[in-house]
Amino acid sequence: MAAPAPADFRTRLQDWLPKLVLAPSFAVTILFVYGFIIFTIFLSFTGSKMLPKFDTWVGWANYHRLFSLPEWNIALKNIAIFASLYIIICTAIGLMLAIFLDQKIRGEGGLRPIYLYPMALSFIVTGTAWKWFLDPGIGLENVMHQWGWESFSFNWIKSNTMAIYTIVIAAVWQTSGFVMAMFLAGLRGIDNEILKAAQIDGASNWQLYRRIVIPLLRPAFLSAFVILSHLAIKSYDLVIALTNGGPGRATAMPATFMYSYTFTRNEMGVGAASAVIMLMTIAAIMVPYLYAELKEKK
Amino acid sequence: MSAVTQDTSVSTGRVTRAFIYLVLILFALFYLLPLYVMVVNSLKPLPEITGGNMMALPREWTLEAWGSAWSTAQIGVSPTGLKPYFLNSIMMVVPAVALSTMIGAMNGYILTKWRFRGDVWVFGLMLFSCFIPFQIVLIPMARVLGMLGLAGSVPGLILVHLVYGIGFSTLYFRNYYAAFPTELVRAAQIDGAGFFRIFWRILLPVSGPIAVVTIIWQFTNIWNDFLFGASFGGVNQPMTVALNNLVQSSTGVKEYNVHFAGAILAALPTLFVYIVAGRYFVRGLMAGSVKG
Repeated sequence: MAAPAPADFRTRLQDWLPKLVLAPSFAVTILFVYGFIIFTIFLSFTGSKMLPKFDTWVGWANYHRLFSLPEWNIALKNIAIFASLYIIICTAIGLMLAIFLDQKIRGEGGLRPIYLYPMALSFIVTGTAWKWFLDPGIGLENVMHQWGWESFSFNWIKSNTMAIYTIVIAAVWQTSGFVMAMFLAGLRGIDNEILKAAQIDGASNWQLYRRIVIPLLRPAFLSAFVILSHLAIKSYDLVIALTNGGPGRATAMPATFMYSYTFTRNEMGVGAASAVIMLMTIAAIMVPYLYAELKEKK
Repeated sequence: MSAVTQDTSVSTGRVTRAFIYLVLILFALFYLLPLYVMVVNSLKPLPEITGGNMMALPREWTLEAWGSAWSTAQIGVSPTGLKPYFLNSIMMVVPAVALSTMIGAMNGYILTKWRFRGDVWVFGLMLFSCFIPFQIVLIPMARVLGMLGLAGSVPGLILVHLVYGIGFSTLYFRNYYAAFPTELVRAAQIDGAGFFRIFWRILLPVSGPIAVVTIIWQFTNIWNDFLFGASFGGVNQPMTVALNNLVQSSTGVKEYNVHFAGAILAALPTLFVYIVAGRYFVRGLMAGSVKG
């Protein structure tokens, strides 16, 4: 066998080089993302307590136990309330602000950054700020009393039934400006000729937006929905900082449940099962969306 | 995604316009309110908060709470202030951002200019990894960090953020390079330029904007992360975790002014980036959501 000529070797190296450079990233993704997912799924079928134990296959027992736990059911109820209100309110506020800002507003350049800056903060900072602002002792309630409105009462954050809504308030504060930016970009992409044609046909502003503009914003609605639902399901930091899951466990969420069962209550099997449920929920939303995006690209 | 291109041609009456301005200003106040509360109360002595009005300006302006939050406040068991944790965050963020951006640039270059069979699948798998709930990787990650001897260390956190940051940086560079004419790359190839040379000479010089977007995005995400920091930080916690410990500590008097000062300290780096490069920040947000 003759040794390959140097030039030949060089071309072949050039052929392999891209794949070689990409390989570590791909390997890391396969191992640390997909390998870990399989690991956790496997774990959710074992009786692991404090440490992973693979020799104790328990079948679906962790899932049965998970759905019989009051705390998990509270978490599911909370995420349902939180996610739906969060998505609806953020979308409504975002759409409204975007449409209003699109009316040749003076000072738009000053307003947009004000609406958007909360997105640069960490949820822990947001949680801290709102925690004390909503605290009846020193926050809003106290302020109103000082200003002479003695009967004013706002103690949601201390209330078992209302605390979940304070999380909605803080989360909406953080992300609604971002949704505004998405809708504004959508609005600015709409061809003015279409609007002018409709105006000549005698459409009122209300009809214009309801019949023409909002339907044209469909892609922005879809992206907003996907991003917001994905943020909602992952919400962990904000709950920890704002209410720490309390009062009691009134604001427990799947993410806080997973953490406490896995790392503080030593029920790793159940914790893993709850993580799998979270992944499946997000995958059900993200996979079709990403698939459609990638297919479009090709 | 093109930025601001045109205003609508819809016209509105006077009353409607007044109403629109009113709503826009009210919302601006709503967004500014927590920032105002944080700044104002961080500059007051404690009794003015507990016995006074949160909305009022300080009667006595003081930077004491800031000093305390930075260097003497009780974090967990030791009265170190937030300073060491701020430094932890810096030491974690700089290498993680630099490495994930460089790797993302290479990946994006390969996935658009050196396409191979199945490249869309490779990209799809990396893309989905951006959106998984990180709870699904916490348990095995803890184990792997333990095996590598990196548990509770800054290098451990760098590794974690690098691994889960590559997906996004790859996404950004891939979408950016996809719009770059492949003919130029082919022409350079015919002229005998190799894989690295083409990247270095042809693609890198035009990568400025997307590099800024990626760096800002990664910086904000990694600086603001709490879950990984709380799970794997150990004694080398990042800033967010330390801030949460400061605020949630149940012992002693609640020093609200120190909490607010600490919160602003934790927010300063990302706020600073937002203020100096807001345009790129917004572009990154959009590119991360509307992939097109």
